[in-house]
Parts: sequence; C-alpha cells; structure tokens
Amino acid sequence: MSGNSTYQPQSKVLQWFEKRLPIGGLIHSSFVAYPTPRNLNYWWTFGGILTMMLGIQIITGIVLAMHYTPHVDLAFKSVEAIMRDVNYGWLLRYTHANGAAMFFFAVYIHMFRGIYYGSYKEPREVLWILGVIIYLLMMATGFMGYVLVWGQMSFWAATVITNLFSAIPGVGDTIVTWLWGGYAVGNPTLNRFFSLHYLLPFVIAGVVVLHIWALHVAGQNNPAGIEPKSEKDTVPFTPYATVKDGFFMACFLILFAWFIFYVPNFLGHPDNYIPANPAVTPAEIVPEWYYLPFYAILRSIPDKLIGVLALFGSILILAFLPWLDTSKVRSGRYRPLFKQFFWLWVIACIGLGWLGSKPPEGIYVILSRLFTLYYFAFFLIVLPLLGFFEKTKPLPNSISESVLGAKA
Amino acid sequence: MTNKRTIIALAAAGLVAGLVAGTAAPAAAQEHQVPPPAMKWSFAGPFGKYDEAQLQRGFKIYKEVCSSCHSMDLLSIGSLADAGGPGFTAAQAAAIAATYKIADLDDKGQPIERAGRPADHFPAPFPNAAAAAAANGVAPPDMSTLAKARGYQRGFPTFLFDIVTQYQEAGPDYIHAILNGYKEAPKGFTVPAGGHYNEYFPGHVIAMPQPLADGQVTYDDGSPQTLAQYSKDVTAFLMWAAEPKLVQRKRTGFQVMIFLILLSGLLYFTKKKVWSAVH
Repeated sequence: MSGNSTYQPQSKVLQWFEKRLPIGGLIHSSFVAYPTPRNLNYWWTFGGILTMMLGIQIITGIVLAMHYTPHVDLAFKSVEAIMRDVNYGWLLRYTHANGAAMFFFAVYIHMFRGIYYGSYKEPREVLWILGVIIYLLMMATGFMGYVLVWGQMSFWAATVITNLFSAIPGVGDTIVTWLWGGYAVGNPTLNRFFSLHYLLPFVIAGVVVLHIWALHVAGQNNPAGIEPKSEKDTVPFTPYATVKDGFFMACFLILFAWFIFYVPNFLGHPDNYIPANPAVTPAEIVPEWYYLPFYAILRSIPDKLIGVLALFGSILILAFLPWLDTSKVRSGRYRPLFKQFFWLWVIACIGLGWLGSKPPEGIYVILSRLFTLYYFAFFLIVLPLLGFFEKTKPLPNSISESVLGAKA
Repeated sequence: MTNKRTIIALAAAGLVAGLVAGTAAPAAAQEHQVPPPAMKWSFAGPFGKYDEAQLQRGFKIYKEVCSSCHSMDLLSIGSLADAGGPGFTAAQAAAIAATYKIADLDDKGQPIERAGRPADHFPAPFPNAAAAAAANGVAPPDMSTLAKARGYQRGFPTFLFDIVTQYQEAGPDYIHAILNGYKEAPKGFTVPAGGHYNEYFPGHVIAMPQPLADGQVTYDDGSPQTLAQYSKDVTAFLMWAAEPKLVQRKRTGFQVMIFLILLSGLLYFTKKKVWSAVH
C-alpha cells in the first residue's frame, strides 16, 4: 500500500496470477517490505494483537452461533448446553467471553499509547478517527454479545442501556420502543441483538482494513514522534516487526489463557448465571468492567439527559483530539507538562472505572464528579492551552540518532 | 462545529450543575453481608480435581434432600458417568436414571410416565415456577448453575490478588456457609413469618428452612454423618453440576501454558537474533 512493490514471484503460476490480480504484491508491500520506524517499542505491538483478537472473536463466535438459540426461553439453556454437551463448548464460550475483555484491554493500551505519543496528529487524523469508529463499534458489539447470554445481568443491562435513549426530549420513548421492537426488552430485542452482534464484527473488520490502509499511507508514528528521514531510520516489516509482534502476541496469549483456563468467571458477574427474570431486579446492576468509566460519568451527573450526553460526549470527544491538541510536538517524551497531565488523566480513567462499580452515594459521587470534570478538562482546557504555554524539550535530529542516544 | 460546541457546552453545564447540586443521589440499600469462611476445596487451584467419592456422597444428599424442592434440569442424568465427574459407571448412571419417572407420550400420543434414561434431564419437583413458589413461599432456585450464580464481594485489593491465586470458589464458599449459617436470631432481631435467620445470607432472613442436620443422610462409605461433612459434600457436588468440565479445563490449561511459555521463549530469542543485526 506504500510505494511500488518490487515483488517478483518465483513460480510461473504465481507470475501469471500476479499479472491479473497483484494481490501478492499488495501483501508483500504491506507486510514484508513495508518500512517501519526502527525505534518502535512494545507498546506498538498492540495493533497486531488487536487484529489477532478480532480474528479469535470472529472464529469462536461463528462456531458458537452454530449452537446458540436466540429465543428468550431457550437462549440461557442453549448457552448451558454449549458448556455441557458441545465438544469443547466450554473452551469456545470461555474464550469468546474472556476474549471480549482481552480485546478491550488491548484496545485501551493501544489508545493510551496513541494519546501519549501523539499518534493522532497530522497526517494521521483520519487514521485516528477510524480507530475511534472501531472502538464505538466494539462497544456496541460487546454490549449486545453480553445480552445474548440472557442471564439476569444481560437482561437488566439491556434494559438500563436501551433506556438511556429515553432521555432524548420528545422522541425518546418512541426510539426506545423502536429499539426494543416492543414495549419491553423481550424476544424481538434478543433477536435483533443477535443479528447485529453477528453483523457488526464484519463491519469492524471492514473499518480495520481502512485503518490499516490509512496507517500504511501515513506511515507509523514512533516514540520519538518524528518522521523517518532516511533508510537508516527504518527496518523492513518482515522480519523485524513480524517477529517482535509475534513474540508479544505469544506473551499476550499467556495472559489470555490464564483467564480462560484458570479464572474464566473472574470478569463475569455471578448473577449472569441466573436466567433472565423481568420480575426480579438484581440488587446491583453493573456493566462489564470495560464500560465502567463511562457508567461512572453517566451517574456522576444528576440530570439524565446531560448525563447521557456526557457519556456519549466522553467517547466522541476523542474524535476531535487531533484539533484539540495544539502542540506542534508529537511525542509525550518531549513534553514535560503534557506527561504529567496525561498520567493524571490515566488515573482519572482508572478511577472512574473503579467508581463505576461502586454505589452512587457519598464520597463516590464527589470523586466521580471530580474525575469526570478532569476527564473533559484534559481535552477541552489542558490540551488546547498546553500547545501555547509548554516549553518542550529539543527533538532529536533523526530516529536513528534517538536510538543511539537512548543506548548511550 | 456548532453541534460540537453545543455538546461541549451542555456537558460543561451539566458538570458544574452536578457539582453544585452536591450528593443528592439516593443511597442504594447495600445489605450487609458477612464474608463466608474460605474452605479448602479439592477442585481449587491449577491442578484442582473433583473428589469422586465426595461427589457421590453429595449426589446422595441432592437426591434425598435438595431435589424435593430444587430442580437441576440443565443436567442429563447420564452426565453422572461423564469423565471428570462423580465417577459412576455408565451402567450405574443408567440404573440411577431408571429410578426416575419421566413424563412422556406413548405411541398413541397419550401422556404416560416411563422410567428415565441417561439422556433425560433430572426431573423438576414442581411442574412450573408458580407451583414451586406456591408450595415454598418463593420458588427455590434451580441448582444447575447455582455454585457459579452465588458469591460475595471480595473488595479491593483482594479481588486483584484473586487473579493470581486463581480464587474461583466464592460460590462454593458461600453455599457452604449458608448451610452452616442457621442460628438463633440475635436479641432484638425480628425474623418475619416464613423467614429463617441465617448468619451469611444478605439481610440474614432466608426463605429456605435449615435443610441439613447431623445424621440426616446415611453414608455407605463410613464418612462422618455430620452437617460439617454433608455441607462440604453437597457443595462440591453443586460445583460439579455448575462446572462439569472443570477438570478437563484445568488439565488442558496446563498443556496450553507449557506450549505458550515455550513459544514465547523461542520467539524471544528469535527476536533477539533478528534485531541484533540492526542494534
């Protein structure tokens, strides 16, 4: 996707094919000859890890769908039949359920890395926005997948989240009825969630292709935040990036396998092993951990409509990041003030995650409000102003110089 | 652009309003729960396995006591003979199945009761949830997934250590505690009609009367016929019922771990070798 490929197939058959459809050249230029900055650290391996996770989710999901029944009377039973009667069904389901959590864990690291090193800045704005779109699609997909189990938490999460739309003035209730396909969360809701949960991963895969395309047009950012200037600044994707990505993927799989095989229900809520019962409200309705920061933002605001706007605003604001950050320097490595505000923001995000799991009372509400305020202030006040006031450190002349400097 | 400004302005206004309004949110009624004592379970940890004799004793308690009120209808009777379970032989499981009466239709379409087969699921004691509730006050929960559907708050930072120590036994610990938690209500505590005082139940008032007491079930293998023993055995059985593939899972996990650690090691040295050319 970048530059002309020098790919020359050896075999006659491949040469014949290449003349008609140069897919070999495309793969070669994208994943073999593609120049990557030589100073990439391990935080840059999460793009590959995320692609792997999407693949794992799609493959396990397709097989699970062969055994799953999207009906309010049968969904929970079919999930349990997968766990008990399908060969390696427990492995498929635990991989898929924990895989969603691992997918989000990896995407959060990927996003924090992008923000720290200024990967959203010119010329990578479109690349960044495509990433935000993928993240939004992931949230929708993950939520609907959680509902499919049709346990108590599935049902009540579906009720709470779809009810958010009732905050829209005038048409809110109509929209909620339309989302439900009825006057309560029921069989039509479960059916459409199943349909969309199957569809959206392929939409994600499509946007991922655009994301990688945009990446290969602009080239990768790197820890120094300066563009490669000569061939000395880059190494070919294969073998250098492939083997580095491969090593860290294997390490990531160890963590993943730990959850699948040893603590498969650690991230789930016990109530989701109780079949959905519209007549009984659970003592606490808690979303999956990867939505907790946004849940905390929602609950920190007493007005429902403004709370919902803040919830969606906290995600959409990411799309404006390239223009909210006014600094000319990309990498946080050379921005001493930004660095402090950034880590404070990471603490606010994790803090909000913790608060999202707490009851909305007393000190928890005050802390949620402070963290929410800082979450938005980071984007709306800190980043726009820092560009004007911050005294940045001198940038290295080239990537290879920054590598040698770091080694000395 | 105006759209974005509106959203930002609204969000900012909401935040300011929220902070000014103070902590007006209603306090959620968090019922006090006594943490159950942590037991030693044979199925805990990376090499955990079910104790076959214990599961067989637990099954006896389920059959003679629990099953008169609780259903367990996600399990087939034949699964008693599955690998990693109570260790009944296929013939024993078939004999157990034959002791159950299963509602069915004969070849003329008339309702009959026939002897159970291994593929049949455990029959429920009540025809439906309403009948179960009418007979018991509240419908007793199905036992198929009960050991995974119960637990208790571990709190910070214990819940993080649980990832490393592989603590997944909050459900069994809780069920075991409930079975041992029936006591005289403390002075000044009024137990409402139809309720029973239990130290470990959230709110302390449980609908289920004390189900097990010393000497209630006869063991054939000489194990002590005490509540302490019964409660451990039936809890282990319920854990198997909820997670019948646990033994396979942990065994496969160990193999996968060895493979992944070796793979990571080999990839690490390959990476070092490849990159040594450019460093």
